[in-house]
Amino acid sequence: MAGLLHLHSTLLPSASLLRQRGGGGAQAAAPRRRRACRVEAKIREIFMPALSSTMTEGKIVAWNASEGDRLSKGDPVVVVESDKADMDVETFHDGFLAAVLVPAGESAPVGSAIALLAESEEEIPLARSQAANLSSAAAASPPAPQETVAEESSPAPPPPPAPPAPVAVSAPAPPSPAAQGGARVVASPYAKKLAKELSVDLFSVTGSGPGGRVVAKDVEAAAASPQKASAAAPVAAARPDVPLGSTVPFTAMQGAVSKNMVESLAVPTFRVGYTITTDALDQLYKKIKSKGVTMTALLAKATAMALVQHPVVNSSCRDGQSFTYNSSINIAVAVAIDGGLITPVLQDADKLDIYTLSRKWKELVEKARAKQLQPQEYNSGTFTLSNLGMFGVDRFDAILPPGTGAIMAVGSSQPTVVGTEDGRIGMKNQMQVNVTADHRVIYGSDLAAFLQTLSKIIEDPKDLTF
Amino acid sequence: MFSTAMSLSTAAVVAGGAVRPDAIRPADLRFCGLRREALGIRLLSASPQAAAAAKRKVLAAAATGNGAAGSGGFDYDLVIIGAGVGGHGAALHAVEKGLKTAIIEGDVVGGTCVNRGCVPSKALLAVSGRMRELQDEHHMKSLGLQVSSSGYDRQSVADHANNLASKIRSNLTNSMKSLGVDILTGFGTVVGKQKVRYGKVGFPDNEITARNIIIATGSVPFVPKGIEIDGKTVFTSDHALKLESVPDWIAIVGSGYIGLEFSDVYTALGSEVTFVEALDQLMPGFDPEIAKLAQRILINPRKIDYHTGVFASKITPAKNGKPVLIELIDAKTKEHKETLEVDAALIATGRAPFTKGLGLENMNVVTQRGFIPVDERMQVMDADGNAVPNLYCIGDANGKLMLAHAASAQGISVVEQISGKDNILNHLSIPAACFTHPEISMVGLTEPQAREQADQEGFEISVVKTSFKANTKALAENEGDGIAKMIYRPDTGEILGVHILGLHAADLIHEASNAIALGTRVQDIKLVVHAHPTLSEVLDELFKAAKVTGIPQAVSEPVAA
Repeated sequence: MAGLLHLHSTLLPSASLLRQRGGGGAQAAAPRRRRACRVEAKIREIFMPALSSTMTEGKIVAWNASEGDRLSKGDPVVVVESDKADMDVETFHDGFLAAVLVPAGESAPVGSAIALLAESEEEIPLARSQAANLSSAAAASPPAPQETVAEESSPAPPPPPAPPAPVAVSAPAPPSPAAQGGARVVASPYAKKLAKELSVDLFSVTGSGPGGRVVAKDVEAAAASPQKASAAAPVAAARPDVPLGSTVPFTAMQGAVSKNMVESLAVPTFRVGYTITTDALDQLYKKIKSKGVTMTALLAKATAMALVQHPVVNSSCRDGQSFTYNSSINIAVAVAIDGGLITPVLQDADKLDIYTLSRKWKELVEKARAKQLQPQEYNSGTFTLSNLGMFGVDRFDAILPPGTGAIMAVGSSQPTVVGTEDGRIGMKNQMQVNVTADHRVIYGSDLAAFLQTLSKIIEDPKDLTF
Repeated sequence: MFSTAMSLSTAAVVAGGAVRPDAIRPADLRFCGLRREALGIRLLSASPQAAAAAKRKVLAAAATGNGAAGSGGFDYDLVIIGAGVGGHGAALHAVEKGLKTAIIEGDVVGGTCVNRGCVPSKALLAVSGRMRELQDEHHMKSLGLQVSSSGYDRQSVADHANNLASKIRSNLTNSMKSLGVDILTGFGTVVGKQKVRYGKVGFPDNEITARNIIIATGSVPFVPKGIEIDGKTVFTSDHALKLESVPDWIAIVGSGYIGLEFSDVYTALGSEVTFVEALDQLMPGFDPEIAKLAQRILINPRKIDYHTGVFASKITPAKNGKPVLIELIDAKTKEHKETLEVDAALIATGRAPFTKGLGLENMNVVTQRGFIPVDERMQVMDADGNAVPNLYCIGDANGKLMLAHAASAQGISVVEQISGKDNILNHLSIPAACFTHPEISMVGLTEPQAREQADQEGFEISVVKTSFKANTKALAENEGDGIAKMIYRPDTGEILGVHILGLHAADLIHEASNAIALGTRVQDIKLVVHAHPTLSEVLDELFKAAKVTGIPQAVSEPVAA
């Protein structure tokens, strides 16, 4: 945005937000400048006006003109909804509406550009290209426009047109049943609305409704899954190449994560922790490691087996009025990948043997790194595992991904001095796990019983290998 | 006999209501000349006690007179074909006027409105309104209420609608019976001048004569070509009102008030809705500004999407595990655009007149797209453009304004005429309402219509608006969404149209429609007092915001009867 402002600094708005543009000086200077250089053509910004003294942000209700329309001074060009009322906003200049920066239905802070007005028709393409440059910064940038950092020379921020946002997979969408021939997707009205809101590409969603129709819960699941490992977010955040002291607009994925995190606040969660002795598990792991078994697979398997006995912990509540006992136990495991998080899912983890499960896990991780996971491989989880043990973290808690019932944060297994059953002091490897659950459906005793079962399985892991 | 009845009626009114009107009249006269006229009207119809008293006396008179043959050799003074709301209104008024009246009904008393329209739909909308409130956690919370969960039982909701319809139906039947209206069963056919036959279809065994005949046969849902109705997955409002199912996803073809009301019901009960509208804009009949706001309040935030500018060229009911298929074609180019797969489709594309088998050919009357042509006095026009004596048509069958209360008003107007008092109904004073949450109501012209008329006739118009956001009562209810808008002539203060979207808009519109009907000007009505705090202050503010520049006339004259 700074770049654009620079281009026609003489046209900068005066301090008054309501008077949208500069005064006579700009007018006088303009023709000369235009002759001199096309870049300095007269392209004006239309700003979000302050319609009341308390208004900080306005929502665009509707654009009365569409891109390319000729506008005369005084024409109502846009309807803005403020905290008080809806107002028609008039343009102060003649020209052509070259580019709409903030489409109807979206909000913009007072004073930020919401559209570009070109003085002549020839300037429309130029204004559009400016708009394209602008949109990446403008679309996601936080309010105060003067703080924007997207400098012209700085490396381009993530590609502006929001990709299927939370879906970190840019691979060609798999043909879902509802997308016959890839040409269209049958999605219910609410699913479409949600997909737009949550920036989910409907073509990447597998429909679970009648005839493979995409319904709201599919979209919610698709939107919720990639941010599951939110607990691990701090790891991904610390990037050394970040320009310090600057404000960086969210990438589409970060935006989606942020949205989902805020959404998660609507779910009343609580946490129950448990300390599990892992000596037996560690021994088992040593024994079968050579056969390609990973710790993640072991934990997933143990968790799945415990969930078999406690179906309520594997349930999910979406509308606050009912909940679903999920028919399969699909363990989603958070993985930090470059610039984000993804949760590959070990489907039917309770039914697969540990070797198959381990192979499966390796495949999933490779696919995730190559960004080739298919939607059902990251959005079908019913219970999430987040393991920060490998970093030496001994305990943490995780945020519950909306749409699932519980997530388990797994810490590292550490040698600990304990009092043993025979009254002596001994050493045991112990790890702490901490489950965050939706208290609307899962209660303290449910989690306690589940954790007790889990600890029994881990402490006596012979069943893990059948 | 006819004139005897008239004089009896007048005498009865004066006798029955002598004290009150006479006492009031001098006082009213001091205000303005209009009052006298208004009172005159009221004397005959609006004062309930006086009218009731009149009816009783007239009845007594009619009962004695009934023994003798009908008036002037006719079996009846008035025969009405069709006992819907229009026929009912006409019958009641005819009795009040002392006319010997019969009404012929081939189906059920109450017609579309009571049995398959306004009435049962209001029952469903009452449920949807409450469901909406209970489900709106934010709304509840802001009022400090806590509701653990809300749910509904489909069958009980359906029963409520059905019970309401039967109750209103029996009310209607009883009101006519108690007034002495003869209810004749069967389908009526006009067989000649002042002659009607009725009976089972194909067996019109009974013939009666009547001095005047009113056709009030109403309408049926219109189903465009290519649409196959199975009554289960593809249906019209007739079936939908029975609420036999609540589909997950329903397409509503047509976004007029019927479609809009059903979208309100279905979304409140958990369905998702897709509108299919042939015109480029949703809610084409409404004032564009109201339609736009309605879209923001009633469509966008709900689980509704829409396709505009498309026809549903073919709709196939669900069968063999396949969903309902809706072929959409571009309304202009007729090119295939897409195919919708939904669980159900409601056809709400309007209503077609029900005028077959009425024997119109006997009277040299040719229907136009099924509608019976009438003049401004609802007198039926024959193929040569001449009025057919003693034959009238009211309501949906003439297509002038397809609303239950319009039919009733037309019926009353006809009865006035045949009782010797010329009467032309001002259709621009008839209000209309759509009972969504919040409601929409309107009377008179829309803004574009008013502008067109202003351009043609060379006058200025002004528009004022007020918001429910500024109304204390609306805010107390936490229902600040909505606007009221008035289009008027700044030179004379004449009200041309009023449109309301907001809480209880349907009840609020009558202040405006009465003003239009009585010719009350803005400069006069802005001085009247509204109780505080009430929703009616939304209109009060509207009137007060209007600026009349012309010289206010000392005495305003009624512009409409």
